[in-house]
Amino acid sequence: MNATQFLVIFISNVFIYNVILSRFLGLCSFIAISKETRPALAMSFAVLFVTTMSSMITWAIYRFLLEPFGMTYLRTISFILVIAAFVQLVEMVVRKFAPHLYRIFGIYLPLITCNCAVLGVAVLNSEMFFGAKTPVLASFVYSSFQGFCVGLGYMLAMLLMSAIRERLESCSVPKAMKDFPIGFIIASIMSMAFMGFNGFRF
Amino acid sequence: MKRLIKEFAKGIIRENPTFVLALGLCPTLAVSVSVGNAVGMGCASTFVIVCSNVIIASLKKLIPDKIRIPCFIVVIATFVTIAEMTLKAYFPPMNRALGIYVPLIVVNCIVLGRAEAFASKNTVIASLFDGIGMGAGFTLALILISAIREMMGTGKLFGLTVFPGFEPALAIGMPSGALLIIGLLLGFFNTIKERAK
Amino acid sequence: MNNKLIVSTSPHLHTKESVNSIMWLVCLALLPSGIAGVYMFGPAALRAIAIAVVSSVVAEFAIQAALKKKASASDGSAVLTGLLLSYNLPAHCPFWIPAVGAFVAIAIGKQIFGGLGQNIFNPALVGRAFLTASWPQHMTRFTAPLSYDAITQATPLALLKENKMIEQISYLDLFLGNKGGCIGEVCVAALLLGGIFLLARRIISWHIPVTYIAVTGLMCFIFGGKTLFSGNWLSYILSGGLFLGAFFMATDYVTSPLTHKGQIVFGAGCGLLTAIIRLWGGYPEGVSYSILMMNAAVPLIDRYTKKRIFGTR
Repeated sequence: MNATQFLVIFISNVFIYNVILSRFLGLCSFIAISKETRPALAMSFAVLFVTTMSSMITWAIYRFLLEPFGMTYLRTISFILVIAAFVQLVEMVVRKFAPHLYRIFGIYLPLITCNCAVLGVAVLNSEMFFGAKTPVLASFVYSSFQGFCVGLGYMLAMLLMSAIRERLESCSVPKAMKDFPIGFIIASIMSMAFMGFNGFRF
Repeated sequence: MKRLIKEFAKGIIRENPTFVLALGLCPTLAVSVSVGNAVGMGCASTFVIVCSNVIIASLKKLIPDKIRIPCFIVVIATFVTIAEMTLKAYFPPMNRALGIYVPLIVVNCIVLGRAEAFASKNTVIASLFDGIGMGAGFTLALILISAIREMMGTGKLFGLTVFPGFEPALAIGMPSGALLIIGLLLGFFNTIKERAK
Repeated sequence: MNNKLIVSTSPHLHTKESVNSIMWLVCLALLPSGIAGVYMFGPAALRAIAIAVVSSVVAEFAIQAALKKKASASDGSAVLTGLLLSYNLPAHCPFWIPAVGAFVAIAIGKQIFGGLGQNIFNPALVGRAFLTASWPQHMTRFTAPLSYDAITQATPLALLKENKMIEQISYLDLFLGNKGGCIGEVCVAALLLGGIFLLARRIISWHIPVTYIAVTGLMCFIFGGKTLFSGNWLSYILSGGLFLGAFFMATDYVTSPLTHKGQIVFGAGCGLLTAIIRLWGGYPEGVSYSILMMNAAVPLIDRYTKKRIFGTR
């Protein structure tokens, strides 16, 4: 483990390979919930939490169950089930113990199960860090940090997008381009702008 | 029979999953770099949609209503795993090109959407045709987008030069180009819809 | 129906300054650096500028006709977009580069958002970003100044990036524009002239350009050298498109924050990102990317720096 690796994970996941703008994961929620900032922010916090936690959980499953017993072909099915169960559990816990929090982002939790960003980061982690090649501790720390950074990247894109779309409400966007299409065009320009970070080196 | 043809045909134009329902856009954008990848992704997704539609339609009486979504996910994930292993065994280059987007078919909204909206309410045969139609619509949309991107981004189609002397716009082959093209295409189809009314 | 009572919403007071006159004044302010560019790079530069301006006016007309909107190319904004775009191009690029760039700038950067005053991103920079991503081979071939037979030369920033000292170029050369680069960015003196003109006419305020250049210089001073606090900051701020970006592109009314506080945040953000890309990024120059990125953040900045309306919470 070294500090550079963390910096590389951070920069590449937040900017260069931004989960939405470059990897296209979680696009549906990105386009659907980014009309206003408050819900967009709530959704982003929920995603941030779930990507981080699910990275840890899927790491444990992969490292201690699937890999030692040679069942890596069950990766997809086990990951999605674990994530779904975890999200369900979080929803129940939050509703019971923090009803105030539940009112803010509870309704977004079920949506996250089907958010490709969450499964995406788990699969990505399993290909990059989960394998037996990486030492146990490093593999755990890197993958949970990557989960966290993917969530941060999601939040960055959501925050910028929602503020832009709130401003667009007062603009005369051509009728055929309203909502979805213009959202994609903005995302495209943002993605072009983030290309400025390509080829980072330290 | 007429009804079955209707179930099949609606997926291609009137309820096209990509352009009309705007579902399953993540894989559409990610793999539409080349027509070859698009066909591979389309076939894998169609296989999953059709199989899961059939299984879910035949099991719909057995599945308890409250936990139907997890049950659907298990069925879908099973078929995704089959598709994944088949690709890995017989088409390794395709599997490498599609990367993490193969396991991500599980969370493709089209698959779960059809299971929830159609297969859990209709007969097995109708669901079969619905699945084929939706899969075909998805594949055609993928081929359309990837053909545009491949032509503009590399100047070639299936490895053949289309316009001699044309210098390809690399940006179209990049993520930003994918977002741009899908945005413009959605706008274009919206215009057509408005005109048709 | 002879009712002459006019009902309108506020504001009811107008100055003589209209959008038209502002746009044309900015074009005027850009003239010196254009002339300098043509002097440095020869007729090829003039050709690129002309193509970009004409194509953006044509694109504006064509799209407005297609959308059945009132033609508004006379407001000068399309000319300004074309000018800014061409100033960001190398002089010896193929003729279709400015044309394609202008079309993308007007169509994707501006009209798709509803036209003048509604775009989120600076149209010229959208065009440039698209061109750089699409045809990097044409967008990074810079010719040496005052040699009209198109000898390629690395830009000062590219030299700085490779840790080569740029001893062969003096500060005076950097300031007057005797260096490789894009058409409109080389002559800092001419850009400064135009910028001071705009400041004096109160068309732009000092907040964005000054914070932008200062933050870039500071960052390059701290991190640009072999050890901390030893960077050659003067070379960094005199090279590349920093002055063009800071005075003419970051200050665009539509795509910059409304309040002075917001403008300082915006300028500082641009400066920070520019320095980060220049020092550690893969590209030698980061001005256009950083302005585009900060453009995306403008609605957010506006929200948190907006003056409170009296009586609200």
